[in-house]
Amino acid sequence: MREMLYAEALVESLRHQMATDERVHLMGLYFLGLTKHRAIMARLHADYPGRVYHPPIAEVGYVGVAIGAALAGLRPIVDMATASFMFQAFPQIVNEAANIHYMSGGATKVPMVFHFNHGIRGGGAAQHSHSPQAMLWNTPGLEIMAPSTPRDVMGLVNTAAASDNPTAWVDHVRLFDTSGPVPDDKDFSIPFGVADVKRQGGDVTVFASSWMVVRALEAAETLSAEGIQAEVIDPRTLSPLDEETILESVAKTGRLVVVDECHRRCGVAAEITAVVTERAFGDLVAAPIRVTTADVPIPFSPPLEQHVEPTTDKIVAAVRAVTDSAAG
Amino acid sequence: MTRTRPLTDLEILARMWLIRAFEEKVSELYAAGKVAGLIHLGIGQEGSAVGTCAALGRSDYVFGTHRSHAHAIAKGADLRRLMAEIAGRSTGYCKGKGGSMHISAPEVGFVTATGVVAGNIPLALGAALTSVTRNEDRVSVAFFGDGAGQSGPFHESLNMAALWKLPVVLVCENNGYVEFSPLSAHTVVERLADYASVYSIPAVTVDGGDVLAVRDAVTEAVDRARGGGGPSFVEVLTHRLRGHYEGDPARYRTLSEREEWKRKDPVARFARHLAESGVPPESLDDVEAAARTRVAVAAEQALADPPADPAGVTGDVYV
Ligand SMILES: Cc1ncc(C[n+]2csc(CCOP(=O)(O)OP(=O)(O)O)c2C)c(N)n1
Ligand SMILES: [Mg+2]
Repeated sequence: MREMLYAEALVESLRHQMATDERVHLMGLYFLGLTKHRAIMARLHADYPGRVYHPPIAEVGYVGVAIGAALAGLRPIVDMATASFMFQAFPQIVNEAANIHYMSGGATKVPMVFHFNHGIRGGGAAQHSHSPQAMLWNTPGLEIMAPSTPRDVMGLVNTAAASDNPTAWVDHVRLFDTSGPVPDDKDFSIPFGVADVKRQGGDVTVFASSWMVVRALEAAETLSAEGIQAEVIDPRTLSPLDEETILESVAKTGRLVVVDECHRRCGVAAEITAVVTERAFGDLVAAPIRVTTADVPIPFSPPLEQHVEPTTDKIVAAVRAVTDSAAG
Repeated sequence: MTRTRPLTDLEILARMWLIRAFEEKVSELYAAGKVAGLIHLGIGQEGSAVGTCAALGRSDYVFGTHRSHAHAIAKGADLRRLMAEIAGRSTGYCKGKGGSMHISAPEVGFVTATGVVAGNIPLALGAALTSVTRNEDRVSVAFFGDGAGQSGPFHESLNMAALWKLPVVLVCENNGYVEFSPLSAHTVVERLADYASVYSIPAVTVDGGDVLAVRDAVTEAVDRARGGGGPSFVEVLTHRLRGHYEGDPARYRTLSEREEWKRKDPVARFARHLAESGVPPESLDDVEAAARTRVAVAAEQALADPPADPAGVTGDVYV
């Protein structure tokens, strides 16, 4: 085990893929956004000049090029920087990449990865703060990974790069500065569809992915001091989704808080709540509570931004409310 | 890449007749309610499909459109599997999951078609990028219509094809119509080949009624691509003799226009050309008759195949 920053683990996993599989090519340079860490990404570019492309600002075009390259046998990892710009490439991601294998009856495949940084990063306002996981999740054919730790990003990138399906890699710039242990084995991979219990607890199940895992864990610390033990479940991949681990936790706790940075309507939290109520209604002793981003475009001014996003305080309040309601 | 032997004139005529006969059969089956969905036929555009694919080898890639039965046949697709797909049969190229607009026959280099106008153009560039990376002597072709020329993906692709010198041939089948309106309602640009010039992509405009002219223009483009000279743009002036889709009465077209294009019909025109150059009329008739027989047999077999089975409907979402 080694201690690493998330940003370092991310680049190391890309570097490992470049070193071990000639079919892996990188398109787009902003995996680390405009953060201070981007210099380590620049070193990787410099080391593989023939397999790293700096595309023009033409997302639907270059993402389509990457998809075509995958159809012909490469394994591109294509970056669109901020998730809000991913919409420029939406036609290629949801209408070509996600459909082609199915439309061909399995005759063709699109083994590639789409990377972008989602969520509120502070001052991004409505056009640089999107969390499009739910929109992508409504697209059969895509795998979706949303790592939350240095270890997970490394293990999931290894799996995504080896996967024959198109994978959306939903990242969050606020994670880049976090650090944690990472296995020495660079080939270590985390299978898709296996959730991770990030914290054990018997009183309430808190579902969270990506950056929201960090906030959920913070909230759990506060709650622990009050005597409430929250179990934090990180799905790590939304597609495929490990429903069983969530249901096992709810069977134990009887209470569910779903935290997610998507907007509330038809968001990730809505789907998780639906899965649990449909499959385990009898286990619930209180109505589940969703902590999500409000249904407004993301505003610019910091107090407005904090007002609409799922903060640690809001998670704490939701857990208190769900544990207060009904008899356990 | 193993260079394929060039097609003889009679083989070229045979492919054109195969397409004509196939498309007429699809039209007939659609009218009889035996084929469902949105069907866009390539009748009248055979010169473009066959002329282009006659310049390609089997391992070259083709990316098609909503109107691509002709492209798939020209690239060598199996008639029975193609018809089975269009008729929604489990024996179709895509097990009945793709249908008329989303044909995929990768074993003959017809990688995929897309129902999204211009969506296939970046894909062709990407396949070309793979070929360059792997030092494969392989060219990618994207077919698209005049309507695609005004779209973002088209222009983004032209720019990147030129920027990265990709071995791709962009074949614009300019049939003068975008659904139900003339091209002039979509752009003030009259020669779509002009779009290529701002990106410094060599471009020509050819008469799609002359299959050999198309073949020669595409051959030059393919040679350029194989020689490392990057992309080319071939604008093929053509005409669809049917409506935009089966069932479209095409009232927006004038009678004189129709008559003119019937005279220019690429299949009849090439047959006339061969007759004038001394091929006996019987052998020309034989080519047509053989094509019609092959299509009739393929269609009969395809329709006798079982309809796609719902038991497989959730398969192939993921590998
Ligand atoms: C992105 C997109 N917009 C609209 C349509 C609907 N549509 C289908 S075919 C077509 C016209 C295409 O015209 P053109 O490119 O000239 O091809 P043609 O049909 O003439 O072969 C349109 C608008 C579509 N399929 N895709
Ligand atoms: Mg047209």
